[in-house]
Parts: sequence; structure tokens; C-alpha cells
Amino acid sequence: MRLLEYQAKSLFAEYNIPIPKGLTSTDIVQGRKDAATLGFPFVIKAQMAVGGRGKAGAIQKCQNPDEFELKYPDIMQKVVKGEKTKAILLEKMADIKKELYLSLFLNRGKRCYTIIASGEGGVEIESVKNQIIREVGLGKVDAVTAEEVGKQIGLKDKPLTQFIDILQKLAKITIDKEAELAEINPLAVLGDDSVVALDGKVIIDDNAMFRHDELRKFQEVSELEERAEKSGFSLVELDGNIAVVGNGAGLVMSTLDMLSDNGGKPACFLDVGGGATTETVYEALTLISKMKKVKGILVNLYGGIVKTTTVATAFIKAYEDKVIDLPVFARMSGAEADKSKEMLKGSRTKMFDTIEEAINAAVIEMNKNG
Amino acid sequence: MVDLFELLIGREGDRDYKKKPVIVQGITGKFGSFHTQQMLAYGTNVVAGVTPGKGGQKHEGVPIYETMNEAVSATGAKISIIFVPAKFFLSAAVEALEAGIKLLIAIPEHVPVKDALTIVELAKKKDAIVVGPNTPGIIIPGIIKIGIMPASPFKEGRIAVISRSGTLMYEVSHNLSVANFGQSICFGIGGDPINGAPLIQAFDTIRNGANIDGIVVVGEIGGDAEEMLAQHIIDTKFDKPVVAYIAGRAAPKEKRMGHAGAIVYGNYGSAESKVSMYAKANVPVAKRPAEVPMLLAGKLEKGRIK
Repeated sequence: MRLLEYQAKSLFAEYNIPIPKGLTSTDIVQGRKDAATLGFPFVIKAQMAVGGRGKAGAIQKCQNPDEFELKYPDIMQKVVKGEKTKAILLEKMADIKKELYLSLFLNRGKRCYTIIASGEGGVEIESVKNQIIREVGLGKVDAVTAEEVGKQIGLKDKPLTQFIDILQKLAKITIDKEAELAEINPLAVLGDDSVVALDGKVIIDDNAMFRHDELRKFQEVSELEERAEKSGFSLVELDGNIAVVGNGAGLVMSTLDMLSDNGGKPACFLDVGGGATTETVYEALTLISKMKKVKGILVNLYGGIVKTTTVATAFIKAYEDKVIDLPVFARMSGAEADKSKEMLKGSRTKMFDTIEEAINAAVIEMNKNG
Repeated sequence: MVDLFELLIGREGDRDYKKKPVIVQGITGKFGSFHTQQMLAYGTNVVAGVTPGKGGQKHEGVPIYETMNEAVSATGAKISIIFVPAKFFLSAAVEALEAGIKLLIAIPEHVPVKDALTIVELAKKKDAIVVGPNTPGIIIPGIIKIGIMPASPFKEGRIAVISRSGTLMYEVSHNLSVANFGQSICFGIGGDPINGAPLIQAFDTIRNGANIDGIVVVGEIGGDAEEMLAQHIIDTKFDKPVVAYIAGRAAPKEKRMGHAGAIVYGNYGSAESKVSMYAKANVPVAKRPAEVPMLLAGKLEKGRIK
């Protein structure tokens, strides 16, 4: 789960990492009140789970009420890399002397947490120069390590003292909240030598959420995603018109790739998990029926242990119950494939021996319908 | 360092050669119970189960113990497979390693990263191998199956398969078997961001320990395990054929594609990054699972001409 900037900053505030004064709203009525409380000038920042907001005009300075009336609605409607504005943060401007970069992240290759810091922040991590990288095991950062990192990025005196404190607190957030990433970029040294987190990005380990009820309030899942999760599926909604279903994340990704290679447009990634039963497949079809853009369903099931007839039963039931009325292109490997084909004769589900054949048929059918 | 093949097969003359005893943790659950049957049917020597509160009973003919300590001292097993729900994984895995288990197959999906890291640290101290979490397990066709994979895709042979994905391991192995490339071992490293036995470690274990003609690496987007492996192949001048597959080329960025580990941030974890590193290591990447045997045949042919 990726927290929005204001949510990350609320965690920072809870752990006494300094942040600028700011207020968050989701409509202009509240926004005006916030503006009055805060006082001009300030920065209007779109809250969306994506980088590159500044370049896309989703963060803008605001000097007076006239500007506010123009810019607030404009930023509220912004879409950057497919992500919509979820809320708006109004934040006091800071008198920036120097921008730093600081993050702690789960280093998969090294299997430990790692600090990245730089005296040249404010740009996306890929472009951050002179990175200081330091492995810190399970994430705990002692004062000595923090001081060394601070000195390596060129800090001294008051900013150094503040940096040491902030880095240790950021590490505490990472450990306490089980974050895969906790990033402050930029971390700014201000005119008075105080150090402040001007932005925040925190990604929480989804698999650890059962230990973090306090973070549930930040969780935003669509109705479909929630339903998928309850069934033990994983669902990612996409822009195309062919729903892609299978058992196993790798297999579904692979199917998505092959479909795209053949000019098909996937509407979703739906992994029903390792096993496939009549119930899970029926539930998957029910979920897909709720996605309006879907015009066809591509199914790739690797059976092995599973009998394909149990899956065929699900299709037949779904048509009978009028859950779906869409063409299905299915490849099911496993026992009793011939019997399944027989069962599905005359239905809108076509069974194929290979996924390549199923994809070809699906793409031809979709093109026919424009 | 413990030897994987020593643990899995043993040596000729061992009393339990090719019959290494295995303990199942969470044997009475629906999932654990089903796969215990399947493993027994394959010939895996499942000697004990552990389910607290059910010690003294039998399940599928296998005696159940209260704790791992009891199960290990009664059977001498060094291998355990865990089927408990993710939130109980940490305590089950700690119990197994403390009891002296040297090869732990961690099936559960959705194990928190913190718990996985904790187990990685403990396994280092105990000189044990952890496979997973979120793995289908390991199979040496014809000898031992410790995992949840169906038996049908696998055939005895001399190709090793290492995979980050379960069903793709079955799919690719099936394609290999049909093309008469049997497998010496199929090793599921798991679909999570943290692997008990990461790709490089699995690769080295296999290259040193198994009779192989080639290795197939089934990867996916996320992390940089494939990039590191490619560099490792270059650095160590591995000269047997390696063929790769990578799932997730068409996946959008910053979306978790089912597996906790399958997520791209910027260029980090992208399929392009992996393919280009593999190219440097002279490892061809199949566009689809069915292409793997063809690429492998091509590589083996080239080797013969030399």
C-alpha cells in the first residue's frame, strides 16, 4: 500500500519529524477554509500515488484568492500517468537553502534494509547524484551510523544534528509500520538551518497489514478489489476489453504478455490462486461480469491435479445463472479435457488445447466486433 | 554449508538413500492434508506431522506430534515443509530451525517481509536452507517431491528448472518434458520480494550439485534477481546452456501483479532491464513458455558443434 503524501506526513508528524504546516481537503469549500486558516502564499499539491507531479503541473504555487479559485479546481482534475487527484494539500512555502534526499528501503537483492542519502535531492531517485548507500540489516539505525551518513552528504552543525534525529525517526517508522520504502525527497535545509520533510512517500508491506489496524484508514481499495481479496484472488484492473483469468500470478502475467503481443487488450489481471475449483471459477466470472468494459474472457488454467470438468461446470453454471453472457476462450490443461470439451459444446465457451490458439481466437473475435 | 542434494537424496549406502524423511507442519489442515497425500503417493517419505493439540493421533497414516522438537527427535528428519497460514509462519519456521531442521520448504503466501527477513537471519545462524516463502517447493523427478506441484508435468532428466512462479514452473517443465527434456531438479524459489534461497544461491547449488546439461530460469518482473544472476553467469564463466523466461512484460508499472515480488518501480524490476542483462550473459529469453524447449535445443546444439 502506497500512502499519499499527506498520509505519509501524518506518520512523520506522529514521530516528530518536522513537516511544513499544511491542511488537506477534497473539495473547494473546505479548501477555501483551509486557505483562510493557512494564509497566502502557499503551495497547492495534488495528492496522488505517483511521482513527477511537479512537472505535470499537479503542484503549483498560489499567491492570492483569485489564483486559488483557478488553480484549486484545475489541480483537482489532474490525471498524471493514469492516477487521479485524490485530495489536495495546501502547504506553507518553505525558505529552502538546500535540498537533500533520504530514504530507507527494502533491498531485495541484499535482503536487508538500506539507507540512500544524498546532498542533492529534489529530483526523482533515478537522477539523484552522489548517493550514499548504507545497509542496515532489519532497519535499525543508531546515532553513529546516522551521523556518518549525515557527514558523508556534507552536513555539519545544526543541520547535521537535525538530520541524525530525522534519519533515526524515519528508521523507526520503517520498522514499526513495516514499510518497504520510507522516502523524504526533498528533505530541505531551510534559511534558519532547520531541516524539514517537504515531501513523503511511504509504501507499507501489504502482507503485514494484519498487524496494522491503525493504517487501515489509509487503505483505498475498489469494491471489486475488495471482493477479489475476500475470495483470495488478486485483481489488477487494466484498460482493455479482454479479461484475463488464470491460476497462478506467473501464468496470468505470461498470458497477459502473449495477449498483448498478439494485439489484444487486457481488461484485467485476475489470478484465482493455485487451485481452481467450480466455486473459485464461478466467483471469478461473477467479478468479471461487474466490469462493464469487458467484451470477452480469456482463461488460462494449468490443471495438473485439477480436473478440467470441475472448471467446465463453473462456466455452464455461470451461463445458466445469467452471470455472464460473454464469449470465453479457454485453455485448460489437466485431466478429462475431452470430457470438458464435450460438456461445453454449444455454449459460448470455446476450449483450446494451447493458450496460443485461445489467444488467436479471442483477438479475432474482438476485432470482428470493432 | 549444508548440501541440498545430500539432504534431498543422500549418498549411496545411506540407510535412507533416496528416502529422506520429511516432516509436514500443519498436516491436518485442508491444504496440508491434501498435499501430504500427494507427496506420499509420489513416494516421498513423509514420516511425521506436527499440529499442536493433535499430538499422538495419526493422519494419512502419519503420526502427529505436538512440537517440532518431538517430531525431529522421534524421526531424525532434517527436512520440513510448512503449510500453516501466513500469520503463523514465523513461529512455525523458528520452531523448525530451532529443532534442527536443515531444509525448510516454506509454502505459505502473504508472509510479511519482516518475518521472512527474520527467518533468513536465523537460517544463516543455523546453517539451514530455507526455500520460499510463497514457493511451490522442490521436486527431483522420480525421487522426491516436497511441495504442492502436480506430479504430471515432470519427467526424469538432465535439465534444471529454477522458477519464481509456481504454475509457470509446471507449465515450462511440462513443455520441456513433452520435448523430451526431462528434469534433474525443479526448484521454486518463491514469488515474494525476499527469498530464503535467492536465485543466485539456487543456481550455484544446482550447478555444483546436480548432473545437468542446462538450466532454465523462469523469472518475472520485480527486483533485480535476474540482473544479478546474469552478471554472476558472466563473472563465473558458466558455460552450460542457460535459457530464461520472464513473465510480466505487459504489466503496468507500480502495480503488484499477484505475487508480492512482482512490481516495477521506474526501471527497477522491469522486463527490459532483465532481458538486456541476460543478453550480455548470452542467455536467450523466450517470448512464451512454449518457446523454452526450442531455445534450449538451439543452445545444446551449438554446444555440440563446438
